[in-house]
Amino acid sequence: MNRAALLVLADGRFPAGGHAHSGGAEEAITAGRVRDVADLREFCRGRLHTSGLVAAGLAAAAATGYDPLLLDEAADARTAAPALRRTSRRLGRQLLRAARATWPCAELDDLAATRPGGAHQSVVLGLTARGAGLLPVDAAYAAAYESISGPVAAAVRLLRLDPFDATAVLAHLAADIDHVAAQAAEAAQHVHTDGVAALPAASAPLLDLTAEQHATRPARLFAS
Amino acid sequence: MSRAAVPSPPTPAPASTPASTPASTPTSASTPTERATPTERAVVGVHATARIRAARAGGTTVVPVLSGDGPFDLRRGRAHGDQARVCVLGTMTAPLGGDRLHIEATADHAAHLRITTAAATIALRGPTTAHATYDVHLRVAEHASLHWLPQPLISAARSNLRQSCTIDLAPTARLLLREEIVLGRSGEPPGRLSTRLSVRRDGRPVLEQQTGYGPGAPGWDGPAVLAGHRAVGQILIVDPALDRHPPRARLFGDNPATGQAVLTPLAGPALLITALAPDTMRLRRLLDAAHPIP
Repeated sequence: MNRAALLVLADGRFPAGGHAHSGGAEEAITAGRVRDVADLREFCRGRLHTSGLVAAGLAAAAATGYDPLLLDEAADARTAAPALRRTSRRLGRQLLRAARATWPCAELDDLAATRPGGAHQSVVLGLTARGAGLLPVDAAYAAAYESISGPVAAAVRLLRLDPFDATAVLAHLAADIDHVAAQAAEAAQHVHTDGVAALPAASAPLLDLTAEQHATRPARLFAS
Repeated sequence: MSRAAVPSPPTPAPASTPASTPASTPTSASTPTERATPTERAVVGVHATARIRAARAGGTTVVPVLSGDGPFDLRRGRAHGDQARVCVLGTMTAPLGGDRLHIEATADHAAHLRITTAAATIALRGPTTAHATYDVHLRVAEHASLHWLPQPLISAARSNLRQSCTIDLAPTARLLLREEIVLGRSGEPPGRLSTRLSVRRDGRPVLEQQTGYGPGAPGWDGPAVLAGHRAVGQILIVDPALDRHPPRARLFGDNPATGQAVLTPLAGPALLITALAPDTMRLRRLLDAAHPIP
């Protein structure tokens, strides 16, 4: 295993299409719920401990080698909003393309063949981490970090935040990321014996609601 | 019926096995078990189970099993066509910290059952800071239907409740569920409340959803989760007919100050309405507008 692969995978410049998505931040800003750095921090904290935790659990489970199709179904059951299911599958498809070029392996090829429309991003992320020789906890870190790095990057553009302040938001949440990744990796250890019910399913009502709201807006900078 | 504080037994019973139920009672897989600290052992809460079973008999539904102890007093209501109706009356203050409450309801083949509660369920602190559990397990057989329509669950300040609802549906079963949560009584902050809703159809997951609100739940009141709303509710409908006529996503309420709701089709033949409001009155108005319940 080489841990450095995690840096490549979690890098915002990894060509997986994430830059076009704000993770609900654009709609929260439009609705006036996120106005400054302090609001952004609380938005990210909530997203990290809900959809971030769910993604981290699914990614860690996929990295253990658990059946990605069962995890894909589990991701559907954990994603009530159809706009979020579409976004996740679109991002999953883009990540799969990048991953197959970067760390080619049979498991990624199989997933691409069985889910031509795209598998959920978190599941692809976990399988990619596995292909890159990373551990389940590494996959959980990548998913947890991704759940807030996107919103922060989007908020810099939408609110014209000072990039130093925005990066400080991510640094401020480092202990929370540690906690979420550990929780997700621990849950993923039980998936082989207890099935997908062992994985986190934390939900955030406003993220579901605003995702559907955002999908209806004709003028928007970010796809989600 | 009165609540008595019972001194701890010499050996602490596992938290998920209520003393008053037979060992065969299946407990929800999501029920958390924890080692009790010495102070938490000092007081043991109420352990109680309610059991309801509805069966088809002739052209109607009968209720051959209707039993409850502790705070659960179950009443047969007037049948509505071929649907049997049961109301759960709470006869004591529950759940308090340390309580272990279970409701198990089954609608057998082609039976139609509606369960309501007579009053809001208020989680209170009680004599201990230990958490209480309230686990509901619903099973619906082929061609049967179940309506689970309890009054709101109110999380009072300093309470600590873990609630779960596990639902197993046969492929042709139908479900209507409506749940409302109110965070804190008027003018007070909420206690700790975690919920888990697990719905399986033919053994496959349809909806898996956890929430954590109140002290100790990071970000729960922030702009991604509740943003100051104190009442949150859901209506879940599972019906094989939705496969043929899948609903479209729809929004209700355009003013965040008075609450908002969204209807979302799930990945299976199911839809979920999620509503957020400043208070219970406006929450009900939103839910009623999104899907009136006869």
